[in-house]
Amino acid sequence: MNIKERLKIPPTMMPEQDPAERITNVEEVPLGYTPEMAMLEAKRCLQCKTAFCVEGCPVGIDIPGFIQLIEDGDFRGAIKKMKEKNLLPAICGRVCPQEEQCQLVCTVGKAQKDPCKAVMIGKLERFIADWEREQGEYDLPPEVKPSGRKVAVIGAGPAGLTVAGDLIRFGHEVTVFEALHKAGGVLVYGIPEFRLPKAIVQGEVDYLEKLGVNFRYNFVVGKTAPVSQLIEDFDTVFIGTGAGLPRFMRVDGENLLGVLSANEYLTRANLMKAYSFPETDTPIVTGKKVITVGGGNVAMDCARTALRMGAARSLIVYRRAEEQMPARLEEIHHAREEGVEFHLLQNPVSLIGNEDGWISGARLIKMELGKPDSSGRRRPVPIEGSEFIEETDALIVAIGNSPNPLVPASFPELEVTRWGGVVVNELTGQTSVPGVFAGGDIVLGAATVILAMGHGRRAAKAMNLYLNSGRWVDLDKAMDLSRAEVR
Amino acid sequence: MHEILYKEEIGPDIHLYRFHAPDVARYRKPGQFVIVRISDEGERIPITIADVNTDEGSITLIVQSVGKTTLQMAGMKVGDSIPDITGPLGVPTHIEKVGNVLCVGGGIGIAPLYPVAKAMKDIGNRVMSILGARSSNLLILEKEMEDVSSEVLITTDDGTKGRKGLVTDAIKELVGQGENFDLCVAMGPPIMMKFVSLLTKELDIPTIVSLNPIMIDGTGMCGGCRVTVGGETKFACVDGPEFDGHQVDFDELMKRLTMYSSHEKQSLDRYSSETGCRLAGTLKGDQE
Ligand SMILES: Cc1cc2nc3c(=O)[nH]c(=O)nc-3n(C[C@H](O)[C@H](O)[C@H](O)COP(=O)(O)OP(=O)(O)OC[C@H]3O[C@@H](n4cnc5c(N)ncnc54)[C@H](O)[C@@H]3O)c2cc1C
Ligand SMILES: Cc1cc2nc3c(=O)[nH]c(=O)nc-3n(C[C@H](O)[C@H](O)[C@H](O)COP(=O)(O)OP(=O)(O)OC[C@H]3O[C@@H](n4cnc5c(N)ncnc54)[C@H](O)[C@@H]3O)c2cc1C
Ligand code: SF4
Ligand code: FES
Repeated sequence: MNIKERLKIPPTMMPEQDPAERITNVEEVPLGYTPEMAMLEAKRCLQCKTAFCVEGCPVGIDIPGFIQLIEDGDFRGAIKKMKEKNLLPAICGRVCPQEEQCQLVCTVGKAQKDPCKAVMIGKLERFIADWEREQGEYDLPPEVKPSGRKVAVIGAGPAGLTVAGDLIRFGHEVTVFEALHKAGGVLVYGIPEFRLPKAIVQGEVDYLEKLGVNFRYNFVVGKTAPVSQLIEDFDTVFIGTGAGLPRFMRVDGENLLGVLSANEYLTRANLMKAYSFPETDTPIVTGKKVITVGGGNVAMDCARTALRMGAARSLIVYRRAEEQMPARLEEIHHAREEGVEFHLLQNPVSLIGNEDGWISGARLIKMELGKPDSSGRRRPVPIEGSEFIEETDALIVAIGNSPNPLVPASFPELEVTRWGGVVVNELTGQTSVPGVFAGGDIVLGAATVILAMGHGRRAAKAMNLYLNSGRWVDLDKAMDLSRAEVR
Repeated sequence: MHEILYKEEIGPDIHLYRFHAPDVARYRKPGQFVIVRISDEGERIPITIADVNTDEGSITLIVQSVGKTTLQMAGMKVGDSIPDITGPLGVPTHIEKVGNVLCVGGGIGIAPLYPVAKAMKDIGNRVMSILGARSSNLLILEKEMEDVSSEVLITTDDGTKGRKGLVTDAIKELVGQGENFDLCVAMGPPIMMKFVSLLTKELDIPTIVSLNPIMIDGTGMCGGCRVTVGGETKFACVDGPEFDGHQVDFDELMKRLTMYSSHEKQSLDRYSSETGCRLAGTLKGDQE
């Protein structure tokens, strides 16, 4: 097949649940490719000599490589190739912002002047991972000689799970300490079932357990035991505690009943399965009309969850314009299809309650876009005198999360930035305390799954080197050799 | 899994449990609590650690049945296990030798009060205690409180034991007799803590209260437990649960505790009809 023919194949759309149907359940929205669909989509890849997609990928997956194997029908080979770089493809294939990474720079999308027409790299990634899971058999890596070294990983989010998976393969003994009763971090408590089935995350955790990783749940480091205890008991420690501190708006009325953080709302719904209440015991606030404040993935998840919890109207209130929304395009698209209303260039100035203390409305002010701010986005400015009241039964604050302060607060030796992020050597993840590494959202603030994984991979590499050589100073220089490999 | 090593009914609908939880027992200090989940479909509920036994690796919890989860827990036996106990959580009580400490406990609030009173005494304070309950049979830990207090006054709403009246009446009586207090520790239903704090503010006695807002994670991740203290929003699970009683907005706390009332009733009704063990509505906690 020549390039022209390949370019003529239209993108293979993944079948999805019908919007009217899907808001009545919590099942996943996109249904997955069949092998035929995947092999057809794989044909669209031009196997570029200089594959820009690989450079667009934060962990440098050999994208043309695995796509070629799919085209050839060698799915086992494709998943092997994938896992050389990405241990969690079933997850990343579903939640990565591909349109800003690999697919943004894909030659096919460029040729068609539309990044939405790029090769559906994420969908192929998901397909190949799902295919492997459906086979029900995993290739366990070859047994390695135990090194006798002990590693503590704090936090079982994507960063921590990646470190655990890599270091157990190097023969080290790995214990993961997790504050909650389940592993997965945001993947289990935040991202909803309809976007990322929890069974998939659990599958990855089970796999790590099979490899020999030891999970200690309900263990809040800094409370159940101080970090210093872990430093004493283990040869090295990785901090991957995420950005779990919810930000509030600091407006009047924010403590009214029916006003809650996105974290609380999503935790009740996902981790505690409040969508099955009263079969499960954890309740959740419901209302005919629900406002979500914010414009990221978190806000989309809340607004779409509200529909599934029975809201007749679910509104997004966002202070900038749609182009500036940080949410993935697919999430915005899905939200709109499901009937979420977008109220853009508006911002709450106060919340209004009734005599029982429940929220009854939000006083909103209209905004316009002014000069660009430090992030390069045009800054929203309130329009004087434009205030109005939007009635509501509930309001969810989804304006962002900050690094979790629990570990740093209990561990003053650890250097943190002004906004609470742990300071690390970018290449190695080394913190200010010898033997202690960190990565993921606790370093970056609220970022992405794939960046957390990338951090995890680099840190694991550095930790292995540290364990084997005892070298701390100039560890990054020692890593240089393999820099291309760890990217 | 955490096994129940010991269980005793110490009052109507009030049970004392000892759970195997060596990780929690190891670093726990008075004033801290745990989050408990008793089944895989269960809710996460906060309970104060009343005591620990590090030799046995156990913690003591005293729980009043007020709804589905606590009632279900009351149905468990020694040898049964629950999946999750997380802790110790919260900031430990600041224990310091200040002189005369007045400990005021109401209802189930005497359970979290006891370890604090004990620690206050152990460090060399003179502890006087006032224990209040709706009725005499609802009084718990009377003997234990006597052991750590130089004097214990009892008040009951119905006069079945001690003085008939409220704990605030007893505070006034003691102060009227010329007692001087350097610190007051008040734990009990929010309404009691509110009126104790109003009174001690007038009397100029610094006052610590322990707040019990609705919690989920208990690690500062959700903000569901937020309370207003001195005009600022605090997360009770990580900034508290103890705060300066003179600064707390109790009215807001009391309102926020009703956030899920209708759900809680639904859950309890369902449980009662499933188990037939008790009709909903016959449960009357000392909470409100
Ligand atoms: C609702 C929502 C939707 C999102 N959608 C997307 C998306 O579509 N695509 C995308 O790429 N990214 C998305 N993100 C961001 C992404 O989930 C995060 O960037 C990523 O999970 C960060 O991984 P992490 O391992 O650093 O931390 P986390 O996933 O936050 O995990 C940290 C873990 O550490 C545990 N922990 C914290 N403190 C302690 C302690 N003291 N002791 C022990 N354990 C502790 C926590 O309980 C948690 O399990 C979303 C985030 C949210 C909240
Ligand atoms: C820091 C702290 C320490 C506590 N210590 C004790 C203790 O030592 N002994 C004891 O008996 N009780 C204690 N409580 C209260 C206890 O958590 C609740 O009684 C329990 O959650 C009720 O659960 P339920 O399902 O049986 O009742 P539900 O029917 O769910 O609720 C009954 C009432 O309990 C409160 N409540 C419900 N869910 C929660 C929750 N997740 N978190 C907090 N409160 C809730 C509400 O006010 C509600 O109206 C404490 C609470 C806090 C916050
Ligand atoms: S840039 Fe696009 S076409 Fe080129 S190799 Fe990558 S996925 Fe294939
Ligand atoms: S219980 Fe979630 S922040 Fe306190």
